[in-house]
Amino acid sequence: MRRSLTALAPQLITLAALVALVSVFFPGFVEIRLIDGRMVGPIIDILKRGAPVALLAIGMTLVIATRGIDLSVGTVMAICGAVAAWSIDKGLGLGGAVALAIAAGLVAGLWNGTLVAIIGIQPIVATLILMTAGRGIAQLITEGRILTFTHDGFSWFGSGTFLTVPVPAVIWVVTGITVALLMRRTALGLLVESIGINRRASALAGINATVLLIAVYMASGLCAALAGIITAADIRGADANNAGLWLELDAILAVVIGGNSLLGGRFSVAASLLGAMIIQTIDTGILLAGFPSEYNLVIKAALVLVILVLQSPRMAAEWTTWRAARREPKPAGRVQEDAQ
Amino acid sequence: MTNPRLLPLFATIAIFLVACVICYIQFPFMASTRVLGNLLTDNAYLGIVAVGMTIVILSGGIDLSVGSVIAFSGVFIAVLLRDTNLHPMIVFALLLIVTTAFGAAMGGLIHVLAMPAFIVTLAGMFLARGAAYMLTIDSVPIDDPFFEMLQKAYYLMPGKGRLTLIGVVMLITVLVGMIVAHRTRFGASVFAIGGGEQTAKLMGVKVAQTTVGIYAFSGFMAGLSGIVFSIYTGSGYPLATVGTELTAIAAVVIGGAILSGGAGYVFGTLIGVLTMGLIQTYIVFDGSLSSWWTKIVIGALLLLFIVLQKGLLRLSVARLSGGTA
Repeated sequence: MRRSLTALAPQLITLAALVALVSVFFPGFVEIRLIDGRMVGPIIDILKRGAPVALLAIGMTLVIATRGIDLSVGTVMAICGAVAAWSIDKGLGLGGAVALAIAAGLVAGLWNGTLVAIIGIQPIVATLILMTAGRGIAQLITEGRILTFTHDGFSWFGSGTFLTVPVPAVIWVVTGITVALLMRRTALGLLVESIGINRRASALAGINATVLLIAVYMASGLCAALAGIITAADIRGADANNAGLWLELDAILAVVIGGNSLLGGRFSVAASLLGAMIIQTIDTGILLAGFPSEYNLVIKAALVLVILVLQSPRMAAEWTTWRAARREPKPAGRVQEDAQ
Repeated sequence: MTNPRLLPLFATIAIFLVACVICYIQFPFMASTRVLGNLLTDNAYLGIVAVGMTIVILSGGIDLSVGSVIAFSGVFIAVLLRDTNLHPMIVFALLLIVTTAFGAAMGGLIHVLAMPAFIVTLAGMFLARGAAYMLTIDSVPIDDPFFEMLQKAYYLMPGKGRLTLIGVVMLITVLVGMIVAHRTRFGASVFAIGGGEQTAKLMGVKVAQTTVGIYAFSGFMAGLSGIVFSIYTGSGYPLATVGTELTAIAAVVIGGAILSGGAGYVFGTLIGVLTMGLIQTYIVFDGSLSSWWTKIVIGALLLLFIVLQKGLLRLSVARLSGGTA
């Protein structure tokens, strides 16, 4: 427990610093009140609004751990939202809508996984295909309109509460814990990491890399489906053009802020989730603190640059030599060495 | 024996010709210089930025920042023309310096930090878009006599098609790109890095300089594309050309370049851009087809080309191993 906390320290410190910074400009930032049996406050708002990116980041973490990338998640969100709205429109009910949306996400993941693992296409290109074509597919389902619906049961996924907590927040936390436990309490996480480090070697060592790769992309599709359901339920409609637009970049950013290397290998779902919360805190914080939202992207860019410098294998090497020169015989930090 | 590397280029040209024939059979009016002129004008900014992207992809990299840089360029030009008395040509020169330096800085970071181009240029994408927002969040119209002259400059082709200035700029850019990629030392270095950075280094390629040069070139092209886009739309808007980088990448792939680097032709990219433009023109001519079919057809074309390349690659590998065994 203590070790994992130390590993998460950079993200936790960043988050705490951000919260403190926003609190200076907006004193009521950490306040949480109970109104009509639901928790209300900026922090709760962040937990709720960060749900789509957090969910996408969970799947993206696994994909990136295998040295891949999934550019299609935002589009898959739009497809799944469209499928869910279509199902409710056709009177298939809550169960049908959720099941079909999740099935659509899994099929999208299967498609991506097949292209990557079996046909052997570079992940960035393979998922670019669905990213380009997917919005067209989503528009095909909604027939180019914004499909709206009224269904209280389905809307609960977006705006309801579970034990006073907003449902979207509950969904990403539960998904995150489930995936993290599945990865770390079984050997699955280790196998995923080994594929990311060297797919050929891990296949030779007896890991069924092909099946595992497809499964990882399907997991990413599943997460995107959940995010799509939440988004569609939140606005009570499916917008094929704008649902999940550019969220894949935020999700990748969350994974990178979480300290996971884009070159595959070691990963931490918890760190990625903290990354997603950091992004949402910046977004919400800039609004609450009264800064013009134009600064949002520049701040994000600066943040990425800082993280890049910290993560860079070359910088890590320099740092180690510098430390060695100062004769501090401590092991180098947890910065990953990416053997080229 | 023909060079197997030429096969994707031939396939691209063949598909483009087949598409032309299909269009002609369906709508004989499409075979006019007016359609051709519009095809070049409407896709001028995309063609220019795709030339820069081709060089980046040939080196095995990727540049996600170009769409944002185009938007920044438009806003930069519009705001500078609104608030100062500078001549547009001076503004253009300033802009090209800024975007080239921006690209060079990204190339430098990619080399110095040894980080994937994907994430470095992602940061560049946020930065350029953010800089555009900070200049203005509104759409700024450009009303400048010189600008109007540029917009109205065209050569009347036989058949009353208009070969506009920006269309010509695009064609010249493609020509320059072809010379740079295939006929210069720099181009050879780009191909060498795309084939393998370690090998290139051992061959004596100056990897640092070339990497900076590649992204500076792409930044320059994105700036030029921004100028063309601002002439095309007559305004600067910070939310413009979102996602153009991915369209450009798609055009390069349809053009037959291999995304892992080291193989491809700038001319193919032009054909890729024109093929995508042709699909859009067809859908406009048809009238009953919805615009989302564009996306689906482009996605299908992407898939087709990538699978084709995989097949060719496997074929040539098999031939090589068969030869040595």
